[in-house]
Amino acid sequence: MRMISKCVAVFALVAVVAVAWSERAAAKIFDPETFMLDNGMQVVVISNARAPVVRHMVWYKVGAADEAPGETGIAHLLEHLMFKGTTNYGPGVFSGQVARNGGQENAFTSYDYTAYHQTIAKDRLEMMMKLEADRMTNLVISEAQVAPERDVVLEERRSRVDNSPSAQLREQVNAALYLNYPYRRPIIGWEHEIRALDVDRILAFYKRYYAPNNAVLIVEGDVTAEELKPLAEKYYGVIPRGPEIERVRTTEPPARADKRVVLEHERVTQPAWSRRFIAPSYRYGETEHAYALQVLAEIVGGGPSSRLHKRLVLDDGIALSAGSYYGADDLGPATFVFYASPKPGVGMDRIEAVITDEIAKLLADGITPAELEGAIERMRNNAVFARDDFGTAARVFGSTLTTGGTVDEVENWLDRIGEVSVESVAAAAKHVLDGKHHVTAELLAKPQS
Amino acid sequence: MMRFVSIRRLLAAVPALIMVLTMMAALAASPAHAVQVERVTSPGGIEAWLIRDHSNPITTLKLSFRGGAALDPDGKSGLANLAAATMDEGAGDMDSNTFQKALDERSITLRFTAGRDRFDGSLRTLNKHRDEAFEYLRLALNEPRFDEEPVERMRARIISGIRQQQEDPRNRAGRALFETAFEGHPYARDNDGTVESVSALTAADLRTFVGERIARDNLLIGVVGDIDAETLKGYLDKAFGTLPEKAAPWHVAKIAPKLSGGVQVIDVDVPQSAIQFAQPGILRSDPDFYTAYVLNYVIGGGGFVSRLYEEVREKRGLAYSVYSYLMPLDAAGAVMGGAATANARVAETVTTVRDVWKKFADEGPTPEELKDAKTYLTGAFPMRFTSSSAIADMLVGMQEENLGIDYIEKRNSYIEAVTLEDAKRVAKRLYQPDKLTFAIAGKPEGVVSGN
Repeated sequence: MRMISKCVAVFALVAVVAVAWSERAAAKIFDPETFMLDNGMQVVVISNARAPVVRHMVWYKVGAADEAPGETGIAHLLEHLMFKGTTNYGPGVFSGQVARNGGQENAFTSYDYTAYHQTIAKDRLEMMMKLEADRMTNLVISEAQVAPERDVVLEERRSRVDNSPSAQLREQVNAALYLNYPYRRPIIGWEHEIRALDVDRILAFYKRYYAPNNAVLIVEGDVTAEELKPLAEKYYGVIPRGPEIERVRTTEPPARADKRVVLEHERVTQPAWSRRFIAPSYRYGETEHAYALQVLAEIVGGGPSSRLHKRLVLDDGIALSAGSYYGADDLGPATFVFYASPKPGVGMDRIEAVITDEIAKLLADGITPAELEGAIERMRNNAVFARDDFGTAARVFGSTLTTGGTVDEVENWLDRIGEVSVESVAAAAKHVLDGKHHVTAELLAKPQS
Repeated sequence: MMRFVSIRRLLAAVPALIMVLTMMAALAASPAHAVQVERVTSPGGIEAWLIRDHSNPITTLKLSFRGGAALDPDGKSGLANLAAATMDEGAGDMDSNTFQKALDERSITLRFTAGRDRFDGSLRTLNKHRDEAFEYLRLALNEPRFDEEPVERMRARIISGIRQQQEDPRNRAGRALFETAFEGHPYARDNDGTVESVSALTAADLRTFVGERIARDNLLIGVVGDIDAETLKGYLDKAFGTLPEKAAPWHVAKIAPKLSGGVQVIDVDVPQSAIQFAQPGILRSDPDFYTAYVLNYVIGGGGFVSRLYEEVREKRGLAYSVYSYLMPLDAAGAVMGGAATANARVAETVTTVRDVWKKFADEGPTPEELKDAKTYLTGAFPMRFTSSSAIADMLVGMQEENLGIDYIEKRNSYIEAVTLEDAKRVAKRLYQPDKLTFAIAGKPEGVVSGN
């Protein structure tokens, strides 16, 4: 997935964000307050007094896709090293303080952002802000600290990738799908480049990107903007603005060939098939299709009512699961993916033929008004549930505001989804799928020798 | 892997309860947030514990039938799990597709899961679809169809999952530990069953399961959401009122885990070995449970601050993840943990864990560690109240463990009551370095099976 974190308590990723997104809306469901500090740090407050608790998050507008060639993994290794101490607080003080105060913390790195967060009793918020603001500019790291943490990250890579055939395949697929865009590289980095990262390069990366004008503060929970503002000014507002950072990203050339990436492995027992197309996001390419594509993914592969589930799992009975996925919140080119896990004895060619047929039908006949209505209704409902899930709002605003989006975009999301029509879905499907090159991935069992 | 995750979650529920106590201190500081648990009894005699919450127009219900996969008959392991997977796949007049579509169209979540000691269900719905949601719950519990198509579909999915787990190093190591610790006892089995046992299960078996296990006398219910007691009473009678009075009698024999300190290596061709370890533990009802819970936080339960984290990850960079937890099942207790490290560093990791264990057994926590553990466990308690689902789980857990309806208010005092003297005494009693047993799946260098 597109996010890795300091500790195994991995977040529910894209799905939560997708659901969360459903939540902001016409009805202004999250209803946040926002203001800007003088040094350019944006602040968002989502008040929710359900429990005397707050989630405090600082998001930086830098991720793995901002790394220079040859230094893959630096954003993520830095994220780990951010827990090692500052000029003001020695190693272990940060996590010790969080824990002693009943707080829970973690951090995660994605392609487009890096975030640090704590959940803690509301009366400990100020202490948390003091510590988090401190490590924005005062980090101290030595080679003696980098060495064991680099080992930890290599173990993390072994856990996530080297021990997992499906994750290995995903790395290869991304490198095949994106010809020129940095999403072709793994967030955690290639092993040989992780090994080569040293203190100087890491600190240079830190000094370049970690500054208030490149960060967003988000606090969700039992606090109001009025209460938060003086604290934000006191701790974050005093940090000098850093140099303006322009995110220079490459663009994708047109794909000129279909590709097939196949991994056959002794430890695979359940084969899997997928096909990916490059798609627009909110920020990249023909962005006007971004909302229709979300509705399309829901109709084609979003759950038990979806076309792929009905055809492959229920009617034809050839797959254990099938679906599609699309996420619009990438800063760069997004992916529209179709996937299925065949039942034992069913060949990949059969799965592929049926999904190809479904795509052809979609392009020929489009979707029905009833399908559209059902999908939008489910997305509206999910929006209400997202509000019930503490931390979702903070996550949605964080990922949106660090990828060029706005608070209003989040709040108006359901309006935009509600405007999606049968025609706009057809146009979006044509734009992404019609005659477009794609990458097909096959994960296969290799007979044990 | 899935199994292991679920074990950890199961555990997590118990700490959650403990945390409830802790929470009270925090709640006392913010009385506006005080949590009121209502005992609701319907005219038909169905009891539920309710926390009203008007934040969102949603109702969340969790239910639990005592008695889980440990009661699967010999040769039919995986029965409770297959029942959980198929009870929401068609009921009454509605076939699987109709039933699932009806749920999906209304964004109703209805699902069942089988644990070792209980069979759980959850229902979440928008209030505007609540009538239908409770009707579907009633149908699933009272009139599940177990039609051939969904049963075969779910059987295939479960078997695929079992086969995948057999290739997962962490699962392999965890399995080996369970099979050693609970040899000859139902706890030795995987809740999902085996490929053979699941292949042989029939719709008649599923009907027998429902007839024997789904009843009123072993049912516990927790509800959270925008619903009042009177309204809830009507739904309780509707969904549960026609269930049989009594479940079939059941018994799971108590067992002391047979963990005597050896190392077992399971050969899997992976670059990183999965290490799982375990030793005998204590039951939830043990008078020393809270002390043990605090001790576990110090040795391996705390995120970035435990002794295991410090020695294995922070100082030596041996693993990304290292942890321990208490596993108080109904009929046995264990202390468990895990780590994962490159094959070449397994021996050093095992030695480091053993050293941490021994030192902790000998000395117990420092006064500072005890204090920090108590402030964490009490201070973090409010976080249990941030989602409806977590709160409803807690309400069920409180009933399961007979903790009392005022548990939320008292929980932190139980943690506060742990003294350094207790902690040292229980550390010596609980942590037994010579019983700490390892299972390692991978190609570890310099480590061989043996005692």
